[in-house]
This record gives sequence, structure tokens and C-alpha cells, in this order.
Amino acid sequence: MRNGFDGGVHPPHYKTHTEDVAIRSAREPEVVVIPLVQHLGAPCEATVKKGDVVDVGQVIGDASAFVSAPVHASVSGKVFKVEPRLHPALGKPVPAVIIESDGENRWHDSIEPRDAEDLTPEEIIRTMRTAGLVGLGGAAFPTAVKFSPPKDKPVDTFLLNGAECEPFLTADHRLMLEGTADILTGMRVMMRALGVTTGTICIEDNKPDALAAMEAACKDVPDIKVVSLKTRYPQGSEKQLIKSVLNRDVPPPPGLPMDVGVVVSNVSTAHALSRAFKTGMPLIERVVTVTGPAIAEPANLLVKIGTLFHQLIEECGGFEGNASRLIMGGPMMGIAQFSTDVPVIKGTSGILALGAEDEWDGEATACIKCGRCVDVCPMRLVPILISAYAEREWYEKAEQLYAADCLECGCCSFICPARRPLVQAIRMAKQHIMNQRRERQAAST
Amino acid sequence: MIPAVISLVLVGFLFGGLLALAGQKFAVEEDPRIEEISELLSGANCGACGYAGCRGFAEAVVAGRADTAGCPVNSSEVDAQIAGILGLEVSHREPLLARVYCQGSSDVSQDKSVYQGIETCAAAAQVSGGGHKACADGCLGLGSCRDACPFHAISIVDGLAVIDPKLCTGCGKCVQSCPKGLIALASRASTVHVLCKNTDRGASVRKYCKVGCIGCRACVKVCPVAAVTVDDNLAKIDYDLCISCGACVEKCPPKCIVEERSHQAQAAS
Repeated sequence: MRNGFDGGVHPPHYKTHTEDVAIRSAREPEVVVIPLVQHLGAPCEATVKKGDVVDVGQVIGDASAFVSAPVHASVSGKVFKVEPRLHPALGKPVPAVIIESDGENRWHDSIEPRDAEDLTPEEIIRTMRTAGLVGLGGAAFPTAVKFSPPKDKPVDTFLLNGAECEPFLTADHRLMLEGTADILTGMRVMMRALGVTTGTICIEDNKPDALAAMEAACKDVPDIKVVSLKTRYPQGSEKQLIKSVLNRDVPPPPGLPMDVGVVVSNVSTAHALSRAFKTGMPLIERVVTVTGPAIAEPANLLVKIGTLFHQLIEECGGFEGNASRLIMGGPMMGIAQFSTDVPVIKGTSGILALGAEDEWDGEATACIKCGRCVDVCPMRLVPILISAYAEREWYEKAEQLYAADCLECGCCSFICPARRPLVQAIRMAKQHIMNQRRERQAAST
Repeated sequence: MIPAVISLVLVGFLFGGLLALAGQKFAVEEDPRIEEISELLSGANCGACGYAGCRGFAEAVVAGRADTAGCPVNSSEVDAQIAGILGLEVSHREPLLARVYCQGSSDVSQDKSVYQGIETCAAAAQVSGGGHKACADGCLGLGSCRDACPFHAISIVDGLAVIDPKLCTGCGKCVQSCPKGLIALASRASTVHVLCKNTDRGASVRKYCKVGCIGCRACVKVCPVAAVTVDDNLAKIDYDLCISCGACVEKCPPKCIVEERSHQAQAAS
């Protein structure tokens, strides 16, 4: 039944740095910087102002748009300022609420445990929204939106994504070992929100202990199944995971998993949802893997949203050796940072530091037309042609080759023997195409 | 052998005659002035006039669709010659010059990261932080404008695009090529310019660029005709009011306001 997805690569895992390191809480931050854009969709407006005293879990930013998620204070204290600060994913200053912690961690009055058992799907989805839940795998898509499929698209299957296919990252892995019960609770709530009766937990076979833990926990649960997937990158991408587990093809964009009756959610998101019911606390913290050969003591840390990178790096013993590159996320899809003065956001799954010796510093050479990028593209695109057109700024041609469908997973750049910057070129084309589409849409309305 | 030669010669004459007839019958009358004007133009086919190359512009001028001074590359003499050919009045056009509104070469402006990847400014501007330069608005120096210039007027010196005013024709090709919007066309006659586009606060600008505008308003205070304004931490000169007295140039602490003559004299010495 399981045929696997198209393409993909086998990068070295590098997970040994942190896979056996238990999650520990990071030091309480003295100051948190909480950006008002931490999700895909409409940015939030600040609901607090300079000088306000806030409590843990208090809403500090919200938007009325459907595709959005509110942000909450992760510490109690005084709002120091509301001003643009450097954002780790967008790479430019965006409005953020800066809170000076008073160290008391006073909970907001609205925080109280809720029982999910007797809630209707609508009420569960409303809680997802008010808890500020977004996909914690990295893309940070608002969870409430994902769990509100239109009526004409019935969902029959729920997949819990524990693939964690990015090298180095072990946050989901550790959570599956240490928060097994919470993940299962969260998963059940998600299934009830969708009205599906069966769910599958998908884990790659390079995490045998996580597989064993989940299997043990689900032994007497007939409606939840655990599957072991042969490790391959990018299996953790929704569409690829659906193909691997269910052998269903999600139609090309704008096709979504719900078009084939599936909703996929990350294990960390399920964990956070369970906490949102158990304690009533919205999404104010997450597990971040701080790792890489240039980090002295790699660790999995439970971090308050808004904690600055440099504090976490310090906590892990600081940089070691010739640190030359800092990345938020994994090495395949992560975003290079030029400053450690950026906050952890909801989508920060890892902080990775590489040394000069881990990097390729050579020049890209000419394409030898080997076609490996075509073989490994999980979206069945032709990266070499798209990138060649993009580099010549022939964006219409790139669009005709479906450049906009690219996942930016990085398989093509990874496999290219000439080390050509394929993803960068395709990303340029994508950006251009998206801008043009937006302009066209604006012109037609 | 002989019959073959004869038949080939006959066939040759026959087709020759046919071609001559066709040439007369289907001849396209072309205005000789198009050719004449084409020869006066630079032949760079830069497209700055809005027509498909120099020939397209010549056709448009003769047809009366384009202004005789519609080619931004031409000198005023050439404009007069074109007008002469067509028997039209010479229309006056302000000669334009492209300028790079940044002086942040690598010796005065810091980098915040090392960029590896596609060697064009558009690609570099897309990475986190808008490129390797500490100043988010500064010249990236990868030469997209140099590659776009049809007249080889732009070079990259110490990581900064520099335009040679002698070679620049004001066609504006470079203006579109700059992802940071640092190049603009302005009259050749205006000589005082704020060569900075950074809108950060002065204290932060000082940390990474020695020649960035800090919004100190010294220029505003000293200007006798109120041509300088500071908006969003950046000085701006209203060219319609500016009398090019150079008072602000003297006062500017980071020397981001520049008078072109002195600039050129400096470069020469």
C-alpha cells in the first residue's frame, strides 16, 4: 500500500547531538520580544501599550481576520515598548511587544483549565484560535483555520506528523518521548474537532525509541495507529507525508490536504493543544533544539516565546570553535540569521550553529545536465530549467514550469554536484510570480 | 556539358527577371529620413525612449508619434539635427544624469554578514536582512546596475556602484535594476545631493556607516532658501528651490550631502 513519495534525499541526520538530551526549561528571560507577526496570515495589532502591566497568558496582539492567530504575553511584567524589532523569519524589523519580566510569572485571570470532553467541534476550534495555536512544525499556519475545512470537503483521516525529517532537529522527537500522554490527548481533541474516528501517528524509523513509546501508549487504543516510515527527506512535508502513508496525491496548489480528505498536524501542536485545555495556558512556550557543531552543549530547551537567541546560545555554553553560520530551523529549510538579537517565535523549531569547516565555500560551477535535481524534486518539478530561467529573469517561463509550486525543501540544491544555488533562484522566481499575481488581483478588483 | 550550361544560364535569366519584376511591383516605400535619423542615434537599443530600439524610435519620430527630443541619450545637438531633418522646431529637454544615492563603500560602511549565492543584487537583497550590508538601504555592490547599463558608465569601486557622468546618458536602465531603489535620474544642472537613503535613527546609522545621513538637521538650519527638509531621519533637497550654494555641504557632519564639482575634483586629485 505504502509507495512513498516522489524524489527526496537522504541527508545525514546529525541528530545524535541532542536526541538523548532530555528537555529542560530554559532560564527565565528578563526581557521578551514578542513579534506581532508569528504566523501565516494577517498581522496582529497590539492590544497593549507602553507601561501596561501584563500577566502570563494575556492577549497582547490580535487581528479580526480569519487567517490569523493572537499572540500572548509569555511573562508577567511591564510593557517596555511597542516598536519594530528584527524578526528571525522575515529578516526585517516588524512591530513587536517588548515586556520586561517582573519575575513573578503571575497568571492572567482568564487562564483556567477546561475540559475538552464535552466541547463541540466549534468550541474546540474556538479554543485553538484563542490559544494562538499555529502549526509548530515551522510554517506556522493558524491551526484553527486548518481545522475548519469547508463543508464540501469532508475529512476522513487525521495524520499526526512526527516525521521530523530535518537533520539536527530533535524537539518533536524528545516531546514524543517525554510528553507522550499529552500528545495523545491533543490528538484525540483534534480528531473530535474534525469528526474523524481514526488517526495515524507517523514517525520516521530513525527514531525507534519514539516509535516504541508511541506504540506502547497506543497499545490498547483501537482508533489510533502508529506507522513507521522509512526515513527520507522531506517526509515531514504534508503532501509528501500523505503520499507516503495513504498513497493519496494532493492536487497541485492551490490544492490542500483537505482536498483528499486529510488534515495533518504536528506532534508539538497536538501537545500544545492538550496543554491549552489542561492548564488553560495559551501558546507561550515551545521546545527548541539548540544544536550544531558550533554549539558547546547542545540541548532541547523549553523556551518562552520571545526569548532572545543569544540567551539560549549562552545557556548552551555559547559558541564553540569557528562558528560562522547561525540558522533558525534546520539546515535544509532554515533561515540564516545575521544577528543573535532575534526572538524565538512560535515557528522556531531549532537554533543551529555551524562552523566554518562545515560549510561549502567553493564557487558554483557550470550545470552538467545530470538531471539529479529532477530526480529528487518531491514536487516533480524541473529545478534546473526553472532556476536557469529565474537567473535570466525570464519569470514567465519559470511560471509556466510551475515555479510557484516549489516547496523550497532544498533537495535540488543538496544533490547538485555543481553546487548551483537552485533553490535561491527558484525562490526569486516565486517571489516575483507571487508579486505579479497580487498585482493582477489588485488590478482586477 | 554545353546544354547544361545553356539551360542553367537561361534558368538564371528567367528567375533574375522574375525577381526584378517582383522587386519593382512589391517595393516598400520607406521614408529616407528614417535611415538618416537612425544613423544619428547611438545604436545602443536601450529602449529608454519607450520604443523597440533606436530604429523604432526613428520610425516613431518620422511618423510624428515621438518627440524629436524623445531619446534621453541624445545630446542637444543631435536633437537639433533630428529636428532639422524633419523641419521641426527644436524642443528643449533637460539633460538628465543617473546618480547612486549611497556612498557606503566597503571602507566606510560595514557588512553584517557574508553573502554566498547568486551574484546579482536582486538575489542578495532577498536574503534575510536585505543582503550582507549592515545598512538595509545601502548599495550591495554586486553590479546589477553595471550589467544593465548599455553605455558602460557604471563600475563597482570598493563595493559601491559609481557612475561616470561623462559616459552616462540618462537613459534610466540602471534605475530599474537596483532592488534598493538607490539610483535616480535628476537634472545634470542640480549639483547638490543627499547621497543616502537610510531612514534609521542617527545613533544606529553611526554604528555601521560613516557617511550615512543621521537626520541631525544641520542642513535644514543652514539652508538660506529652505530647500532642505528632514523627514523620517533623512535629509531631502527640493531641487526646484535649491540654489546650489553649498552651505549644507559644508555643515553636514557625516558628509552625506555632496556638491558634485568638489566630488569630481576630489576624484581627479
